Amino acid sequence: MTETVPSAPAGPVRVVLVDDHAMFRAGVRAELAASGAGVVEVVGEAADADAAVEVVHRLRPQVVLLDVHLPGGGGVEVMRRQPSPETLYLALSVSDAAEDVIGTIRGGARGYVTKTITGPELVDAITRVSGGDAVFSPRLAGFVLDAFAGSIDVAAVDEDLDRLTEREREVMRLIARGYAYKEVAKELFISVKTVETHMSSVLRKLQLSSRHELTKWASDRRLL
Amino acid sequence: MSHTTTSAAGPRPAQPRRAHRDTTSPIAGGVAAGLAAHLAVPVLWVRVFFVATAFLGGFGLLLYAGLWIFLPSGQAFEVSTPGLESATRTGKRPGRRSRLRDAGPAIALGALFFGVVLGFEGIFGQGVLFWPVVLGVAGIGLLWRQADEAQRERWVDSSGRIDPFRAVFGNGGWAAYTRIAAGLGLVLTALLVFAVAAGQASFAVPVLVAGLLGLLGLALVVGPWVVRLVDDLGAERAERVRTQERADMAAHLHDSVLQTLALIQKNSHDATTVARLARSQERDLRQWLFEADTADATTLAGALKEMAADVESQHPVVVDVVTVGDCDLDEALRPIVLATREAVVNVAKHAGTQRADVFAETSDAAVDVFVRDRGAGFDLDEVAADRQGVRSSIVDRMVRHGGRADVRSAPGEGTEVRLHMPRTSHPTDQEHR
Repeated sequence: MTETVPSAPAGPVRVVLVDDHAMFRAGVRAELAASGAGVVEVVGEAADADAAVEVVHRLRPQVVLLDVHLPGGGGVEVMRRQPSPETLYLALSVSDAAEDVIGTIRGGARGYVTKTITGPELVDAITRVSGGDAVFSPRLAGFVLDAFAGSIDVAAVDEDLDRLTEREREVMRLIARGYAYKEVAKELFISVKTVETHMSSVLRKLQLSSRHELTKWASDRRLL
Repeated sequence: MSHTTTSAAGPRPAQPRRAHRDTTSPIAGGVAAGLAAHLAVPVLWVRVFFVATAFLGGFGLLLYAGLWIFLPSGQAFEVSTPGLESATRTGKRPGRRSRLRDAGPAIALGALFFGVVLGFEGIFGQGVLFWPVVLGVAGIGLLWRQADEAQRERWVDSSGRIDPFRAVFGNGGWAAYTRIAAGLGLVLTALLVFAVAAGQASFAVPVLVAGLLGLLGLALVVGPWVVRLVDDLGAERAERVRTQERADMAAHLHDSVLQTLALIQKNSHDATTVARLARSQERDLRQWLFEADTADATTLAGALKEMAADVESQHPVVVDVVTVGDCDLDEALRPIVLATREAVVNVAKHAGTQRADVFAETSDAAVDVFVRDRGAGFDLDEVAADRQGVRSSIVDRMVRHGGRADVRSAPGEGTEVRLHMPRTSHPTDQEHR
């Protein structure tokens, strides 16, 4: 939520990298150094949940790049133990199984990107998360639409947390179609800020909602 | 490649639906949770039912105990994809949380126990048998609970040996020991209380009753273990078959990975080939690791993924497929797959980019497919009349089959092809979500 976001940082965004593959950590570090110099700075690394909790608690980074599959209970476990209240999490995973993706988002991550993401895109995602916004990949948008499918009943939308508004569905659809935020804004004749508001609101519904379609969708996949 | 349709609810050969106990989130034996899933009603209702009927002369309790004995515990060998299973086994994914930590189950258990008391008072009055029976039932309940736990852990355990100690205690821990000790203690106390209470009676009857009670207790405690052992054997056989299947698959994949790596080494100077090989191998592995049975082209999503893999193997382009909803691929929908293919191939050939996003949304009314790229784009009006790719392969094909196609493009802004095919002619199509 935006109120937990620290005030605009002076220097580069401080990032901790949590992944159990040293080679992958090295790769991401190099990539962030190349395309995110001055914008993003990797201040620490961890290879399992316990180490991650310790490092995040000690360093208080703004953003944690969190692997979904992690020894010691997965990325969800790190977020559950809340080592640092002001830290935001961005899931970075090789798994695109729905149960992992939605499970991690419901665990508190602000976004989810796959490991095939390019350096500049990753830098962009990190800065976006550090600014309090949600980051949805096309795949995650697809999962969200699927999870909330069948909730097109526009009449009842506003009083019911578990439904996406028609506008939010439109935004999700465009993201799933591969549009960038700017293009979504242009397509729907709204500002980028409004797009970001919609995304955050979808993320909130995803994390808070516990009834209706999402619950069924999630329990079908044994997420709950 | 991504598939958002569930694999759990995907099209499968029809099997009779059998009720199971849900041992992944049990309060006592997982009977209520299992029944709730089976009957598709909220688990709370089932629990309320059991508690309420417990007051009817203990009927609910007897029913619960009976179901606990006879329902097989479910989801023991629930098949996930190998990647997820392996990650779960090695503790890289969040595991099961103990349900007994929150107050709700404790209250429910308390109420159930209270139900036992009332039920027996209803049947026997506050007679001699009352407290021994209550204590005995509680003890046996605890022992059963432990048997479930040990059984579950045996399944999770991959070492394969059956160790008699572990068969009883599972992986140990204070909870297991406490359950066993408390259970045995309660059963013994029950016998003791009975013996004391029956002390004044004539000599022969108590001995007989005590003996019978002991036998009954033994049968009740050991019985479920025996029944489950037999069940386990069948389940283990099924698991072995599955494991062998997996091993074959793993061998196949390892071969393909090694082959691809060899090819990559040989072509290390050719970046395009290397990227293409790596991409196809990634798709292969990812599909196997994280997506259960989605490769078949009998559904729309499957067909689109197959199409994407096919185009990727022939052209230097990365195709990301995201699908929402799914349906069977019938003849009426084949044109939209072919048109999508043509659009993706156009991206590969003309857009000057290496990436295409395909998004397909299936609703009851229609199938919509969007193919988007960030390439060069073009001016629609300036396409020469003899260039047939877009016009005949995409637009005309869709129109011929009752659909619609729009192409939006501008120089420098990439291209998006939108395909729309109504499904009204097939209203009975089953929707797989």
